[in-house]
Amino acid sequence: MMGSGLRARFRTESTTTGGSSRSTAKLGADIALAVIGVCFVAPLVWLLLASIDPQAGYQTKVPVAPSTENFRAVMTPELLFQPLANSFLLSAGTAVVNVLAAVLAAYPLSRYQSRFNKPFMYTVLFGTSLPVTAIMVPVYGLFVQLQFLDSMAATIFFMATTTLPMAIWMTKNFMDSVPLELEEAAWVDGASTMATLRSIVLPLMRQGLGVVFIFVFIQAWGNFFVPFILLLSTGKQPAAVSIFSFFGQHGAIAYGQLAAFSILYSVPVLVLYALVSRGMGNSFALSGAMKG
Amino acid sequence: MRIRRFLRLLPVVPSVLLLLVFLLAPVAWSFYASFTDAALSGKAARDPQWVGADNYVRMFSDDSFPLAAWLTVVFVAASAVLGQNVLGLLIALLMTRSRRAVASWVGTAVVAAWVLPEIVAAFAAYAYFNRDGTLNQVLGAFGSAGPDWLYSFPLVAIVLANTWRGTAFSMLVYRAALADVPRDVTEAALMDGARGWQRLAFITLPLIRSSIATNLMLITLQTLAVFTLIWVMTAGGPANASTTLPVLAYQEAFKFGDIGYGTAVASVLILLGMVFGAVYVRLLREQKS
Repeated sequence: MMGSGLRARFRTESTTTGGSSRSTAKLGADIALAVIGVCFVAPLVWLLLASIDPQAGYQTKVPVAPSTENFRAVMTPELLFQPLANSFLLSAGTAVVNVLAAVLAAYPLSRYQSRFNKPFMYTVLFGTSLPVTAIMVPVYGLFVQLQFLDSMAATIFFMATTTLPMAIWMTKNFMDSVPLELEEAAWVDGASTMATLRSIVLPLMRQGLGVVFIFVFIQAWGNFFVPFILLLSTGKQPAAVSIFSFFGQHGAIAYGQLAAFSILYSVPVLVLYALVSRGMGNSFALSGAMKG
Repeated sequence: MRIRRFLRLLPVVPSVLLLLVFLLAPVAWSFYASFTDAALSGKAARDPQWVGADNYVRMFSDDSFPLAAWLTVVFVAASAVLGQNVLGLLIALLMTRSRRAVASWVGTAVVAAWVLPEIVAAFAAYAYFNRDGTLNQVLGAFGSAGPDWLYSFPLVAIVLANTWRGTAFSMLVYRAALADVPRDVTEAALMDGARGWQRLAFITLPLIRSSIATNLMLITLQTLAVFTLIWVMTAGGPANASTTLPVLAYQEAFKFGDIGYGTAVASVLILLGMVFGAVYVRLLREQKS
């Protein structure tokens, strides 16, 4: 069974590639790619090895006495769990606000023809181009004026706004692919627009909504600069900021613990990304920007 | 009828409000504050005074701004336009010819650097380019003593680090674009005896040129805004040798407390982003029509 399958695959492969020059080219491509892959993995090797090495420094070396000591050392409420809970609150809050606003905005844009649609969509797209790091100085000034500094809610709304343009585009694209006929049938039966949106459109595009949610969540989870500027008290800071201030300011750096913390902090987004890219194909993140 | 049409647009209101308050207002405030002597603390913090174009005059007479602008241009050109763009295209092209297992393994490796939280990627890059780090260990194995990258060649280090971190985006764009290139076109060229590089230059690249243009716009904008990577690796140093515009704006505003001057630098960056954004929107519009 397996043997014949393999043989069949081999046969089709050799007919389509044809000739030995093509298979040499293939080997060349494999080798070139593998070299690039090794270069991309290299900076991450230190992270993995140092995390299980209690005597880690900046050198990449196989630990003499590997242990989970680093992980145990950082797994305390104030070092790890509180910042991770803050990260979760910040990211989930940002994603919820984002998806809610994006769904509402996308609905009329997707369902009704209006001369405002195009200018609005292009203005929104234009908004994605503003370099967020450039806006941080004025945003800080604005937050001081409005007494929003150190407010989790205000930070959530700001972070939601920075990813909102992209989210509106993605959501509209997903909504456009839900056929209008089903809604029209419901309207004929006397359902209101918001009721059809909730009971017909959203369930049909839940996978798309999941993608938008996770996409925004991942971005918020990894965001360092925004909470670094806007959240002042340690009790509110997410892991991205606490990792920086803890390991950067207290003299001697515990490299192994830094690596262990980094891994624990990264795992959730790696899992989420794997989840989404498996379901939607790797180019999910681009569907909003590229399809237009 | 008019009321009904208005009511239909009502769901857009929350988004518009958010964008007005948290995006448009800061931009407007940035341009305004750049003409004042607003400060982080002291008298100028409570009661900022209008100083006209003083901040902008200072910007061009100061040494730090022209240097930062130049470093930003080099950083964007080297790490985005050359690094991410060319490397991403190369990887995507190699993937079309290589074994599926190799392609998916390398794809995962490239994407991993991109999906990691930026501060973690920045720590990893810091360790990698450290004097005792992996890069110098590898160079040492080949018998050459590597320099202290972060101190002697900070710009090279952040360019390489940003290429490492951002190439995945270009790779994904080009993989999608190459998958859309119709097979019969390239096969016809193959029949006509076109060599590999000829097919690339005269068929494949022209067919994906709109993806190339859009990708260049997007990665330029992303790279223009890079802060965390630089801040963790070099903090803009030594002696401003890796201070790009976002780092300069941050330092002036928060380290030296000069919000007015900081917003002037930020305003220049915002204007730059607007120019690129306008080009990007134009590009997408042309593609659609």
